[in-house]
Amino acid sequence: MTPISQVSGRAYPFGRKNVDTDVIIPAQWLKTVTREGLGQGCLESVKAEPGNVFTDPEYAGSPLLIAGDNFGCGSSREHAAWALLDMGVTCVIAPSFSDIFSGNAFKNGILTVVLPQEAIDRLMEVAKTDPISVDLENQSVTTPFQDRFLFEIDPFRKHCLLGGLDEVGLTLAQDREISAYEGKAREALPFLASPVLHAA
Amino acid sequence: MTTQPRTLYQKIWDAHVVDTRDDGTCLIYIDRHIVHEVTSPQAFAALRASGRKVRRPDLHIAVPDHNLPTTARRDASGNRVPIADPQSAQQLDLLEKNAPEFGIRYIGDADIEQGIVHVVGPEQGFSLPGATIVCGDSHTACNGGLGALAFGIGTSEVEHVMATQTLLLKQSKTFQVNVEGKLGAGVSPKDVILHIIGLVGTAGGTGYVIEYTGNVFREMSIEGRLTVSNMSIEAGARAGLIAPDETTFAYVKGRPYAPVGAEWDKAVAWWKSLATDPGATYDKSIHIRAEDIEPTVTWGTSPEDTAPIGGVVPAPEDFEDASKRDAVKHSLEYMGLTPGTKLTDIAVENVFIGSCTNSRIEDIRAAAAILKGRKKADNVKWAIVVPGSGLVKAQAEAEGLDKIILEAGLEWREPGCSACLAMNPDKVPAGERCASTSNRNFTGRQGPGARTHLVSPAMAAAAAVTGHLADVRELTEQA
Repeated sequence: MTPISQVSGRAYPFGRKNVDTDVIIPAQWLKTVTREGLGQGCLESVKAEPGNVFTDPEYAGSPLLIAGDNFGCGSSREHAAWALLDMGVTCVIAPSFSDIFSGNAFKNGILTVVLPQEAIDRLMEVAKTDPISVDLENQSVTTPFQDRFLFEIDPFRKHCLLGGLDEVGLTLAQDREISAYEGKAREALPFLASPVLHAA
Repeated sequence: MTTQPRTLYQKIWDAHVVDTRDDGTCLIYIDRHIVHEVTSPQAFAALRASGRKVRRPDLHIAVPDHNLPTTARRDASGNRVPIADPQSAQQLDLLEKNAPEFGIRYIGDADIEQGIVHVVGPEQGFSLPGATIVCGDSHTACNGGLGALAFGIGTSEVEHVMATQTLLLKQSKTFQVNVEGKLGAGVSPKDVILHIIGLVGTAGGTGYVIEYTGNVFREMSIEGRLTVSNMSIEAGARAGLIAPDETTFAYVKGRPYAPVGAEWDKAVAWWKSLATDPGATYDKSIHIRAEDIEPTVTWGTSPEDTAPIGGVVPAPEDFEDASKRDAVKHSLEYMGLTPGTKLTDIAVENVFIGSCTNSRIEDIRAAAAILKGRKKADNVKWAIVVPGSGLVKAQAEAEGLDKIILEAGLEWREPGCSACLAMNPDKVPAGERCASTSNRNFTGRQGPGARTHLVSPAMAAAAAVTGHLADVRELTEQA
């Protein structure tokens, strides 16, 4: 995973609420067996709308995206995070995110920033003309107009994002604790610990 | 041991904690993982690239469902019918190769146990009450109907579970959805959950696990409970739960992976201890009267866009929130609907009965009960019934339901995800409407430009025979 500390540049002022992962990346794009190349299908139906921000040359290649409430609801497809990344988006700012999407984004080095609606409204305004800067170390979002919004982030996630850490590797190092749990479970919950396929 | 009263969720959580960090993040042990072809190729590839193994292959099973066509999979001589879409074929081939390479049991495309992941898990007894169950699919919440803590995960988490049999999680808040009273005639578990989502909204459960309580769920069959818990994710909750009880034990007993003998007794004793303690508190609760729930349909492109079948298409101005008004305007344009139109005046060209929400035997029975002795309306061009698994299909055929369905002019297909998400050849054409028993009415979900109305199996059958969204009660009163 690529470490992430600062994301600065133009932002897509999208702002829509309840954008589901079927809209972020429709099912016909899920047939890939790699993580690359999904940018083209990203927000396909939105890109077909007249006057949308994603095909407007003003915002081409923006690393930031500003969305409305409940961004990434619906399907657990990690392809939604891969598609945004492939389109060049490494930070999404919204009033709220679906649980599964924010986890998937984090695991791919995409920073999800939660800010109140008033801050989102202000950033939507700024994004139309000017760049926005997100600083993970200081947990702040700033604009060229002295705006400064602070955001909360889980300390473990922050640590992993800043270091580009591999979560699987970190957990594998806890093999002793996992084996100890398995030993206990074999005694206490044998029916869960060791499934046996009996004749149907 | 703790003496504080605990909820069902807290008890399952506590039983699975491997390690707790200072910030409250826990390493949680995962008892079961079900693998399908869409969200696993990149996880297997990552394991291979890093030289990692699947830690406990016996806790995983793999079954293809999303991409499989629902037409015959073997020709008359028993040879595999090739899959036309090369990308679908590649994903399916990879699952068939990857699963055994990593020691995971693979259920093949033409095996009688094959079906939709969330139908197969409970049916095989692989999903058990009190277990932690994951799958790279958000409708894993379905298994919560058995009293399992089950939720969808992304592909990176699939890899994490394969390599470590754990996930790093923070405890969710708890949300009690209590429904008490007597459900009216024609009101099915699907109507109950659509009604709940309409009240709670698609973000109402974000950050929560829902526990469904009240006599309505206690009196519901396991098939119905699976339908309800399935759509917890449509209310924003990653998981749903219904306390395991005698109905659950009777359902699980004797299934292929269910415990036997002394282990069974030990399991039942533990399962009985899982119910939420008197005095335990939820972070939030809502209470719904069963009598207020009517057969329910969706009119928009979000599962929260529900209305009782007797209602009309709303107008954007009916909503207080400005961004919701905007969303409704977009929805109605996409759906081709005018505010004020009676829902029963909306004609449908397609009917889909299937999906992990509604493809179990009771769903097929409910549809067949309406279809019996009736014919598909002429304006309905495409109407398919897709059983959730080979075993559901065999059971339905043993009961003669396939004949009723075929005589009514609907198609009877092979098991799979089918037209729920348009990854296989079953799609709704652009601009056409579908009365669908699936779980999502999102833009383009059933195919680019497709317009979805979510309904129960009986309501879908009613739409098939009348040619429009219809109140199933009017058909049952006539009969």
